[in-house]
Amino acid sequence: MEQSPSCLKLFGSWASSYTHRVQLALKLKGLEFEYMEEDLTNKSPSLLLYNHVYKKVPVLLHLDRPIVESVIILEYIDETWTDHPIMPIDPYERAIARFWCHFADDKLGPAAGAVFGSSGEDQKAAVCQVHENLKLIETELREGAFKGRRFFGGDKIGILDIVLGCGSYWLAVFNEVMEVKLVDSEAFPLFHAWLRDFEEQKEVKEIIPAIDTLLEYARGIRQMMLSLKDTTSSTTTTTTTAAATTAATNNSNNNLVIESGTSV
Amino acid sequence: MATAAKGVVLLDFWVSPFGQRCRIALAEKGVEYEYKEENLWDKSPLLLKANPVHKKIPVLIHEGNPICESLVIVQYIDEVWSNNPLLPSDPYERAQARFWADFVDKKIYECGTRLWKLKGEAQEEARKDMIEILKLLEGELGDKKYFGGETFGFVDVAFVPFSAWFYSYETCGNFSVEKECPKLVAWAKRCMERESVSKSLHDPHKVHEFVGHLKKMYGVE
Repeated sequence: MEQSPSCLKLFGSWASSYTHRVQLALKLKGLEFEYMEEDLTNKSPSLLLYNHVYKKVPVLLHLDRPIVESVIILEYIDETWTDHPIMPIDPYERAIARFWCHFADDKLGPAAGAVFGSSGEDQKAAVCQVHENLKLIETELREGAFKGRRFFGGDKIGILDIVLGCGSYWLAVFNEVMEVKLVDSEAFPLFHAWLRDFEEQKEVKEIIPAIDTLLEYARGIRQMMLSLKDTTSSTTTTTTTAAATTAATNNSNNNLVIESGTSV
Repeated sequence: MATAAKGVVLLDFWVSPFGQRCRIALAEKGVEYEYKEENLWDKSPLLLKANPVHKKIPVLIHEGNPICESLVIVQYIDEVWSNNPLLPSDPYERAQARFWADFVDKKIYECGTRLWKLKGEAQEEARKDMIEILKLLEGELGDKKYFGGETFGFVDVAFVPFSAWFYSYETCGNFSVEKECPKLVAWAKRCMERESVSKSLHDPHKVHEFVGHLKKMYGVE
Protein backbone atom coordinates (compact mmCIF):
# COMPACT_ATOMS: atom_id res chain seq x y z
CA MET A 1 0.00 0.00 0.00
CA GLU A 2 1.42 3.40 -0.97
CA GLN A 3 1.48 5.72 2.00
CA SER A 4 2.41 9.36 1.66
CA PRO A 5 4.52 10.75 4.53
CA SER A 6 1.75 13.12 5.60
CA CYS A 7 -0.53 10.28 6.70
CA LEU A 8 1.93 9.01 9.35
CA LYS A 9 3.48 11.24 11.98
CA LEU A 10 5.51 10.17 14.99
CA PHE A 11 6.04 12.37 18.04
CA GLY A 12 9.10 11.11 19.85
CA SER A 13 12.29 11.84 21.67
CA TRP A 14 15.75 10.93 20.33
CA ALA A 15 16.89 9.12 23.50
CA SER A 16 13.58 7.41 24.22
CA SER A 17 13.76 3.64 23.74
CA TYR A 18 9.97 3.62 23.51
CA THR A 19 10.23 5.95 20.51
CA HIS A 20 12.91 3.73 18.97
CA ARG A 21 10.54 0.77 19.16
CA VAL A 22 8.03 2.55 16.95
CA GLN A 23 10.69 3.88 14.57
CA LEU A 24 12.09 0.36 14.17
CA ALA A 25 8.68 -1.17 13.50
CA LEU A 26 7.89 1.47 10.88
CA LYS A 27 11.29 0.87 9.26
CA LEU A 28 10.81 -2.91 9.22
CA LYS A 29 7.45 -2.38 7.51
CA GLY A 30 9.00 0.01 4.98
CA LEU A 31 6.70 2.83 6.02
CA GLU A 32 7.48 6.49 5.45
CA PHE A 33 6.60 8.89 8.24
CA GLU A 34 7.14 12.41 9.44
CA TYR A 35 9.09 12.64 12.69
CA MET A 36 8.53 15.37 15.29
CA GLU A 37 11.23 15.62 17.96
CA GLU A 38 9.70 16.62 21.29
CA ASP A 39 11.48 18.64 23.94
CA LEU A 40 10.29 16.74 26.99
CA THR A 41 10.99 19.72 29.24
CA ASN A 42 8.68 21.82 27.06
CA LYS A 43 6.07 19.56 25.50
CA SER A 44 4.26 20.73 22.41
CA PRO A 45 0.53 21.54 22.51
CA SER A 46 0.08 18.79 19.88
CA LEU A 47 1.61 16.14 22.12
CA LEU A 48 -0.47 17.26 25.10
CA LEU A 49 -3.57 17.16 22.92
CA TYR A 50 -2.93 13.78 21.30
CA ASN A 51 -1.86 12.10 24.52
CA HIS A 52 -3.94 13.97 27.05
CA VAL A 53 -4.00 11.03 29.47
CA TYR A 54 -0.26 10.45 29.90
CA LYS A 55 1.28 13.42 28.01
CA LYS A 56 4.18 11.25 26.90
CA VAL A 57 6.05 10.09 23.82
CA PRO A 58 5.78 8.20 21.57
CA VAL A 59 2.53 9.14 19.88
CA LEU A 60 1.76 7.85 16.40
CA LEU A 61 -0.64 9.90 14.35
CA HIS A 62 -2.25 8.00 11.47
CA LEU A 63 -4.75 9.84 9.31
CA ASP A 64 -4.98 12.42 12.11
CA ARG A 65 -5.89 9.83 14.75
CA PRO A 66 -3.50 9.29 17.65
CA ILE A 67 -2.34 5.95 18.98
CA VAL A 68 -0.33 5.92 22.22
CA GLU A 69 1.64 3.46 24.37
CA SER A 70 4.49 1.88 22.44
CA VAL A 71 3.40 -1.78 22.54
CA ILE A 72 -0.14 -0.80 21.55
CA ILE A 73 1.32 1.24 18.68
CA LEU A 74 3.37 -1.78 17.56
CA GLU A 75 0.29 -4.01 17.46
CA TYR A 76 -1.62 -1.29 15.61
CA ILE A 77 1.13 -0.99 12.99
CA ASP A 78 1.21 -4.77 12.59
CA GLU A 79 -2.56 -5.04 12.14
CA THR A 80 -2.81 -2.11 9.73
CA TRP A 81 0.16 -3.00 7.49
CA THR A 82 0.22 -6.77 7.29
CA ASP A 83 3.43 -7.32 5.24
CA HIS A 84 6.52 -8.30 7.26
CA PRO A 85 4.51 -9.34 10.33
CA ILE A 86 6.04 -8.72 13.77
CA MET A 87 3.45 -10.64 15.80
CA PRO A 88 3.27 -14.45 15.60
CA ILE A 89 0.20 -16.01 13.99
CA ASP A 90 -0.50 -18.72 16.55
CA PRO A 91 -2.60 -17.47 19.52
CA TYR A 92 -0.40 -19.21 22.09
CA GLU A 93 2.78 -17.74 20.58
CA ARG A 94 1.07 -14.35 20.60
CA ALA A 95 0.21 -14.76 24.28
CA ILE A 96 3.83 -15.61 25.08
CA ALA A 97 5.08 -12.57 23.13
CA ARG A 98 2.61 -10.28 24.91
CA PHE A 99 3.51 -11.74 28.33
CA TRP A 100 7.22 -11.03 27.86
CA CYS A 101 6.52 -7.55 26.43
CA HIS A 102 4.68 -6.83 29.70
CA PHE A 103 7.61 -8.28 31.63
CA ALA A 104 10.03 -6.00 29.79
CA ASP A 105 7.96 -2.93 30.69
CA ASP A 106 6.75 -3.90 34.17
CA LYS A 107 9.85 -5.59 35.54
CA LEU A 108 13.08 -5.30 33.56
CA GLY A 109 12.70 -1.64 32.55
CA PRO A 110 11.93 -0.36 36.07
CA ALA A 111 14.69 -2.58 37.51
CA ALA A 112 17.23 -1.05 35.12
CA GLY A 113 15.88 2.40 35.94
CA ALA A 114 16.35 1.70 39.64
CA VAL A 115 20.03 0.86 39.00
CA PHE A 116 20.45 4.19 37.25
CA GLY A 117 18.67 6.15 39.95
CA SER A 118 20.57 4.76 42.94
CA SER A 119 24.02 4.26 44.39
CA GLY A 120 25.81 2.25 47.08
CA GLU A 121 23.87 -0.55 48.74
CA ASP A 122 20.61 0.44 47.06
CA GLN A 123 22.27 0.13 43.68
CA LYS A 124 23.69 -3.29 44.56
CA ALA A 125 20.18 -4.46 45.38
CA ALA A 126 18.86 -2.95 42.14
CA VAL A 127 21.57 -4.73 40.13
CA CYS A 128 20.54 -8.02 41.75
CA GLN A 129 16.98 -7.38 40.64
CA VAL A 130 18.09 -6.83 37.03
CA HIS A 131 20.06 -10.08 37.18
CA GLU A 132 17.02 -11.94 38.51
CA ASN A 133 14.99 -10.65 35.57
CA LEU A 134 17.68 -11.48 33.02
CA LYS A 135 17.95 -14.96 34.50
CA LEU A 136 14.28 -15.55 33.74
CA ILE A 137 14.73 -14.48 30.12
CA GLU A 138 17.92 -16.54 29.80
CA THR A 139 16.02 -19.60 31.04
CA GLU A 140 13.34 -19.13 28.37
CA LEU A 141 16.05 -18.86 25.72
CA ARG A 142 17.88 -21.91 26.98
CA GLU A 143 15.06 -24.35 27.68
CA GLY A 144 11.72 -22.57 27.47
CA ALA A 145 9.51 -20.86 24.95
CA PHE A 146 12.40 -19.43 22.89
CA LYS A 147 14.71 -22.45 22.90
CA GLY A 148 16.91 -22.72 19.84
CA ARG A 149 15.83 -19.40 18.37
CA ARG A 150 18.13 -16.75 17.04
CA PHE A 151 15.59 -14.06 17.79
CA PHE A 152 12.53 -14.12 20.03
CA GLY A 153 10.50 -13.86 16.84
CA GLY A 154 12.29 -16.86 15.28
CA ASP A 155 14.57 -16.31 12.27
CA LYS A 156 13.50 -12.71 12.00
CA ILE A 157 12.98 -9.91 14.51
CA GLY A 158 9.51 -9.85 16.03
CA ILE A 159 7.63 -7.69 18.49
CA LEU A 160 9.46 -8.99 21.55
CA ASP A 161 12.87 -8.40 19.94
CA ILE A 162 11.79 -4.82 19.23
CA VAL A 163 10.48 -4.29 22.78
CA LEU A 164 13.42 -5.90 24.60
CA GLY A 165 16.04 -4.79 22.13
CA CYS A 166 15.11 -1.12 22.15
CA GLY A 167 16.06 -0.51 25.72
CA SER A 168 18.64 -3.22 26.28
CA TYR A 169 21.35 -0.98 24.86
CA TRP A 170 20.89 1.09 28.02
CA LEU A 171 22.24 -1.88 29.97
CA ALA A 172 25.59 -1.50 28.16
CA VAL A 173 25.46 2.27 28.73
CA PHE A 174 24.82 1.75 32.46
CA ASN A 175 27.68 -0.78 32.53
CA GLU A 176 30.01 2.01 31.43
CA VAL A 177 28.58 5.02 33.24
CA MET A 178 28.24 3.38 36.61
CA GLU A 179 30.73 0.53 36.32
CA VAL A 180 28.11 -2.07 37.14
CA LYS A 181 28.01 -5.40 35.34
CA LEU A 182 24.49 -5.78 34.07
CA VAL A 183 24.71 -7.96 30.99
CA ASP A 184 27.42 -10.45 31.83
CA SER A 185 28.21 -12.60 28.76
CA GLU A 186 29.18 -15.45 31.07
CA ALA A 187 26.10 -15.30 33.26
CA PHE A 188 23.69 -14.62 30.38
CA PRO A 189 25.34 -16.05 27.25
CA LEU A 190 22.17 -16.49 25.21
CA PHE A 191 20.75 -13.06 26.07
CA HIS A 192 24.13 -11.53 25.29
CA ALA A 193 24.31 -13.33 21.93
CA TRP A 194 20.74 -12.33 21.06
CA LEU A 195 21.43 -8.66 21.89
CA ARG A 196 24.57 -8.69 19.77
CA ASP A 197 22.64 -10.19 16.82
CA PHE A 198 19.79 -7.73 17.31
CA GLU A 199 22.13 -4.72 17.32
CA GLU A 200 23.79 -6.01 14.12
CA GLN A 201 20.55 -5.83 12.16
CA LYS A 202 20.65 -3.16 9.46
CA GLU A 203 17.41 -1.48 10.52
CA VAL A 204 18.41 -1.46 14.18
CA LYS A 205 21.73 0.21 13.40
CA GLU A 206 19.84 2.93 11.56
CA ILE A 207 17.58 3.63 14.53
CA ILE A 208 19.63 3.38 17.71
CA PRO A 209 21.72 6.49 18.44
CA ALA A 210 25.51 6.13 18.54
CA ILE A 211 26.73 4.68 21.84
CA ASP A 212 28.92 7.76 22.49
CA THR A 213 25.90 10.05 22.34
CA LEU A 214 23.97 7.79 24.71
CA LEU A 215 26.94 7.59 27.08
CA GLU A 216 27.35 11.36 27.16
CA TYR A 217 23.63 11.79 27.74
CA ALA A 218 23.46 9.22 30.53
CA ARG A 219 26.57 10.65 32.22
CA GLY A 220 24.97 14.09 32.21
CA ILE A 221 21.78 12.91 33.88
CA ARG A 222 23.63 10.72 36.38
CA GLN A 223 25.85 13.69 37.30
CA MET A 224 22.83 15.87 37.86
CA MET A 225 21.12 13.27 40.03
CA LEU A 226 24.20 12.70 42.17
CA SER A 227 24.80 16.42 42.63
CA LEU A 228 21.18 16.84 43.74
CA LYS A 229 21.85 14.23 46.41
CA ASP A 230 25.04 15.99 47.60
CA THR A 231 23.58 19.47 47.94
CA THR A 232 20.45 18.56 49.93
CA SER A 233 19.86 17.51 53.54
CA SER A 234 19.60 13.85 54.43
CA THR A 235 15.79 13.93 54.60
CA THR A 236 15.37 15.64 51.29
CA THR A 237 18.08 13.47 49.79
CA THR A 238 15.91 10.45 50.34
CA THR A 239 12.95 12.29 48.83
CA THR A 240 14.99 13.61 45.91
CA THR A 241 16.58 10.25 45.20
CA ALA A 242 13.24 8.57 45.62
CA ALA A 243 11.67 11.14 43.32
CA ALA A 244 14.44 10.66 40.80
CA THR A 245 14.10 6.91 41.01
CA THR A 246 10.33 7.15 40.81
CA ALA A 247 10.63 9.40 37.80
CA ALA A 248 13.10 6.98 36.33
CA THR A 249 10.88 4.01 36.90
CA ASN A 250 7.62 5.73 36.07
CA ASN A 251 4.84 4.37 33.92
CA SER A 252 5.72 2.52 30.78
CA ASN A 253 5.85 4.65 27.66
CA ASN A 254 8.04 7.03 29.62
CA ASN A 255 11.70 7.10 28.75
CA LEU A 256 13.21 6.33 32.08
CA VAL A 257 16.47 8.12 31.51
CA ILE A 258 15.00 11.34 30.26
CA GLU A 259 12.36 11.69 32.94
CA SER A 260 14.68 11.11 35.90
CA GLY A 261 15.85 14.22 37.66
CA THR A 262 13.51 16.54 35.79
CA SER A 263 10.01 17.60 36.67
CA VAL A 264 7.77 16.69 33.80
CA MET B 1 2.65 -30.98 33.84
CA ALA B 2 0.49 -33.11 36.16
CA THR B 3 -2.79 -31.96 34.72
CA ALA B 4 -5.18 -32.91 31.93
CA ALA B 5 -3.47 -32.37 28.61
CA LYS B 6 -6.82 -31.42 27.13
CA GLY B 7 -9.39 -28.89 28.17
CA VAL B 8 -9.31 -25.57 29.93
CA VAL B 9 -8.26 -24.97 33.53
CA LEU B 10 -8.32 -21.63 35.31
CA LEU B 11 -6.15 -21.13 38.39
CA ASP B 12 -7.78 -18.29 40.27
CA PHE B 13 -8.66 -16.67 43.59
CA TRP B 14 -12.30 -15.97 44.37
CA VAL B 15 -12.20 -12.20 44.88
CA SER B 16 -9.51 -11.37 42.32
CA PRO B 17 -10.76 -8.88 39.74
CA PHE B 18 -8.01 -10.13 37.42
CA GLY B 19 -9.29 -13.68 37.68
CA GLN B 20 -12.84 -12.47 37.19
CA ARG B 21 -11.88 -10.93 33.85
CA CYS B 22 -10.97 -14.44 32.65
CA ARG B 23 -14.14 -15.98 34.08
CA ILE B 24 -16.27 -13.37 32.32
CA ALA B 25 -14.45 -13.85 29.00
CA LEU B 26 -14.80 -17.65 29.16
CA ALA B 27 -18.50 -17.31 30.02
CA GLU B 28 -19.11 -14.83 27.19
CA LYS B 29 -17.62 -17.42 24.82
CA GLY B 30 -19.52 -20.33 26.35
CA VAL B 31 -16.30 -22.22 27.10
CA GLU B 32 -16.43 -25.04 29.64
CA TYR B 33 -13.55 -25.03 32.05
CA GLU B 34 -12.32 -26.35 35.36
CA TYR B 35 -12.02 -23.69 38.04
CA LYS B 36 -9.27 -24.23 40.60
CA GLU B 37 -9.27 -22.03 43.68
CA GLU B 38 -5.76 -21.15 44.87
CA ASN B 39 -4.77 -20.31 48.42
CA LEU B 40 -2.52 -17.31 47.83
CA TRP B 41 -0.77 -17.89 51.17
CA ASP B 42 -0.01 -21.50 50.24
CA LYS B 43 0.35 -21.63 46.47
CA SER B 44 -0.02 -24.99 44.76
CA PRO B 45 2.88 -26.68 42.94
CA LEU B 46 0.73 -26.43 39.80
CA LEU B 47 0.54 -22.65 40.06
CA LEU B 48 4.24 -22.30 40.77
CA LYS B 49 5.03 -24.45 37.75
CA ALA B 50 2.48 -22.75 35.48
CA ASN B 51 3.60 -19.22 36.39
CA PRO B 52 7.23 -19.49 37.50
CA VAL B 53 7.93 -15.84 36.62
CA HIS B 54 5.28 -14.12 38.77
CA LYS B 55 3.76 -17.01 40.77
CA LYS B 56 0.41 -15.24 40.50
CA ILE B 57 -3.14 -15.98 39.49
CA PRO B 58 -4.91 -15.97 37.16
CA VAL B 59 -3.33 -18.62 34.96
CA LEU B 60 -5.24 -20.22 32.12
CA ILE B 61 -4.04 -23.67 31.18
CA HIS B 62 -5.28 -24.69 27.72
CA GLU B 63 -4.28 -28.12 26.40
CA GLY B 64 -1.43 -28.16 28.87
CA ASN B 65 -0.15 -24.70 27.87
CA PRO B 66 -0.16 -22.01 30.56
CA ILE B 67 -1.09 -18.43 29.74
CA CYS B 68 -0.47 -15.72 32.36
CA GLU B 69 -1.48 -12.07 32.88
CA SER B 70 -5.23 -11.45 32.81
CA LEU B 71 -5.40 -9.18 29.74
CA VAL B 72 -3.07 -11.51 27.83
CA ILE B 73 -5.41 -14.37 28.81
CA VAL B 74 -8.52 -12.44 27.70
CA GLN B 75 -6.96 -11.68 24.32
CA TYR B 76 -5.95 -15.33 23.97
CA ILE B 77 -9.51 -16.43 24.76
CA ASP B 78 -10.80 -13.92 22.21
CA GLU B 79 -8.46 -15.25 19.52
CA VAL B 80 -9.00 -18.97 20.14
CA TRP B 81 -12.80 -18.80 20.46
CA SER B 82 -13.93 -16.38 17.81
CA ASN B 83 -17.66 -16.25 18.64
CA ASN B 84 -18.89 -13.07 20.40
CA PRO B 85 -15.68 -11.14 19.74
CA LEU B 86 -14.54 -8.95 22.62
CA LEU B 87 -12.09 -6.84 20.62
CA PRO B 88 -13.43 -4.87 17.63
CA SER B 89 -12.19 -5.78 14.15
CA ASP B 90 -10.92 -2.32 13.17
CA PRO B 91 -7.22 -1.81 14.12
CA TYR B 92 -7.78 1.74 15.43
CA GLU B 93 -10.74 0.67 17.58
CA ARG B 94 -8.64 -2.23 18.84
CA ALA B 95 -5.83 0.14 19.77
CA GLN B 96 -8.28 2.32 21.71
CA ALA B 97 -9.71 -0.71 23.52
CA ARG B 98 -6.23 -1.94 24.43
CA PHE B 99 -5.32 1.54 25.65
CA TRP B 100 -8.24 1.81 28.06
CA ALA B 101 -7.89 -1.75 29.34
CA ASP B 102 -4.21 -1.01 29.95
CA PHE B 103 -5.19 2.23 31.70
CA VAL B 104 -7.43 0.26 34.09
CA ASP B 105 -4.51 -2.11 34.69
CA LYS B 106 -2.05 0.67 35.43
CA LYS B 107 -4.25 2.78 37.65
CA ILE B 108 -7.19 1.20 39.47
CA TYR B 109 -5.71 -1.58 41.60
CA GLU B 110 -2.68 0.43 42.70
CA CYS B 111 -4.78 3.44 43.63
CA GLY B 112 -7.39 1.26 45.33
CA THR B 113 -4.68 -0.36 47.43
CA ARG B 114 -3.44 3.06 48.56
CA LEU B 115 -7.01 3.95 49.52
CA TRP B 116 -7.39 1.11 52.02
CA LYS B 117 -3.76 0.87 53.14
CA LEU B 118 -2.89 4.47 53.85
CA LYS B 119 -4.14 7.17 56.17
CA GLY B 120 -4.12 10.95 56.45
CA GLU B 121 -2.71 12.99 53.57
CA ALA B 122 -1.61 9.96 51.58
CA GLN B 123 -5.12 8.53 51.71
CA GLU B 124 -6.57 11.89 50.72
CA GLU B 125 -4.23 11.89 47.72
CA ALA B 126 -5.40 8.37 46.82
CA ARG B 127 -9.02 9.53 47.04
CA LYS B 128 -8.36 12.43 44.67
CA ASP B 129 -6.48 10.12 42.30
CA MET B 130 -9.26 7.52 42.30
CA ILE B 131 -11.93 10.11 41.52
CA GLU B 132 -9.77 11.44 38.68
CA ILE B 133 -9.22 7.94 37.29
CA LEU B 134 -12.93 7.10 37.46
CA LYS B 135 -13.88 10.39 35.81
CA LEU B 136 -11.47 9.72 32.95
CA LEU B 137 -13.04 6.32 32.44
CA GLU B 138 -16.53 7.82 32.64
CA GLY B 139 -15.46 10.32 29.98
CA GLU B 140 -14.44 7.46 27.72
CA LEU B 141 -17.73 5.64 28.33
CA GLY B 142 -19.79 8.74 27.60
CA ASP B 143 -23.38 7.88 26.78
CA LYS B 144 -22.56 4.49 25.30
CA LYS B 145 -24.26 1.37 26.58
CA TYR B 146 -20.88 -0.29 27.08
CA PHE B 147 -17.27 0.78 26.59
CA GLY B 148 -17.46 -1.43 23.50
CA GLY B 149 -20.44 0.57 22.17
CA GLU B 150 -23.57 -1.49 21.66
CA THR B 151 -21.66 -4.69 22.36
CA PHE B 152 -20.01 -5.76 25.61
CA GLY B 153 -16.30 -5.75 24.87
CA PHE B 154 -12.68 -5.86 25.98
CA VAL B 155 -12.67 -2.73 28.13
CA ASP B 156 -15.94 -3.76 29.81
CA VAL B 157 -14.36 -7.13 30.69
CA ALA B 158 -11.21 -5.39 31.94
CA PHE B 159 -12.99 -2.86 34.14
CA VAL B 160 -16.27 -4.37 35.38
CA PRO B 161 -14.71 -6.62 38.08
CA PHE B 162 -13.53 -3.45 39.81
CA SER B 163 -17.13 -2.26 40.09
CA ALA B 164 -17.51 -4.79 42.93
CA TRP B 165 -14.78 -2.80 44.72
CA PHE B 166 -16.53 0.59 44.36
CA TYR B 167 -18.26 0.15 47.73
CA SER B 168 -14.92 -0.55 49.41
CA TYR B 169 -13.22 2.40 47.70
CA GLU B 170 -16.07 4.72 48.72
CA THR B 171 -16.04 3.54 52.31
CA CYS B 172 -12.26 3.75 52.74
CA GLY B 173 -11.98 7.00 50.81
CA ASN B 174 -15.14 8.67 52.07
CA PHE B 175 -16.66 9.62 48.75
CA SER B 176 -19.54 8.44 46.57
CA VAL B 177 -18.90 6.83 43.17
CA GLU B 178 -22.56 7.45 42.26
CA LYS B 179 -22.19 11.15 43.02
CA GLU B 180 -18.87 11.55 41.21
CA CYS B 181 -19.51 9.19 38.28
CA PRO B 182 -23.20 8.31 37.91
CA LYS B 183 -22.73 6.98 34.35
CA LEU B 184 -20.20 4.42 35.59
CA VAL B 185 -22.62 3.18 38.23
CA ALA B 186 -25.37 2.86 35.60
CA TRP B 187 -22.94 1.03 33.28
CA ALA B 188 -21.98 -1.39 36.07
CA LYS B 189 -25.66 -2.16 36.67
CA ARG B 190 -26.16 -2.88 32.96
CA CYS B 191 -23.15 -5.20 32.98
CA MET B 192 -24.54 -7.07 35.98
CA GLU B 193 -27.60 -7.93 33.85
CA ARG B 194 -25.28 -10.20 31.89
CA GLU B 195 -24.99 -13.65 33.41
CA SER B 196 -21.27 -13.82 32.62
CA VAL B 197 -20.75 -10.83 34.92
CA SER B 198 -23.30 -11.52 37.68
CA LYS B 199 -22.01 -15.08 38.10
CA SER B 200 -18.37 -13.97 38.24
CA LEU B 201 -18.50 -10.97 40.57
CA HIS B 202 -19.01 -11.09 44.31
CA ASP B 203 -21.24 -8.95 46.47
CA PRO B 204 -19.51 -5.63 47.21
CA HIS B 205 -20.01 -6.17 50.95
CA LYS B 206 -18.14 -9.47 50.71
CA VAL B 207 -15.35 -7.68 48.87
CA HIS B 208 -15.25 -5.05 51.60
CA GLU B 209 -15.09 -7.80 54.22
CA PHE B 210 -12.06 -9.19 52.37
CA VAL B 211 -10.46 -5.73 52.38
CA GLY B 212 -11.07 -5.73 56.14
CA HIS B 213 -9.05 -8.96 56.43
CA LEU B 214 -6.24 -7.43 54.35
CA LYS B 215 -6.21 -4.36 56.58
CA LYS B 216 -5.86 -6.56 59.68
CA MET B 217 -3.04 -8.47 58.00
CA TYR B 218 -1.17 -5.27 57.24
CA GLY B 219 -1.93 -3.72 60.62
CA VAL B 220 -4.07 -0.94 59.16
CA GLU B 221 -6.87 0.32 61.36
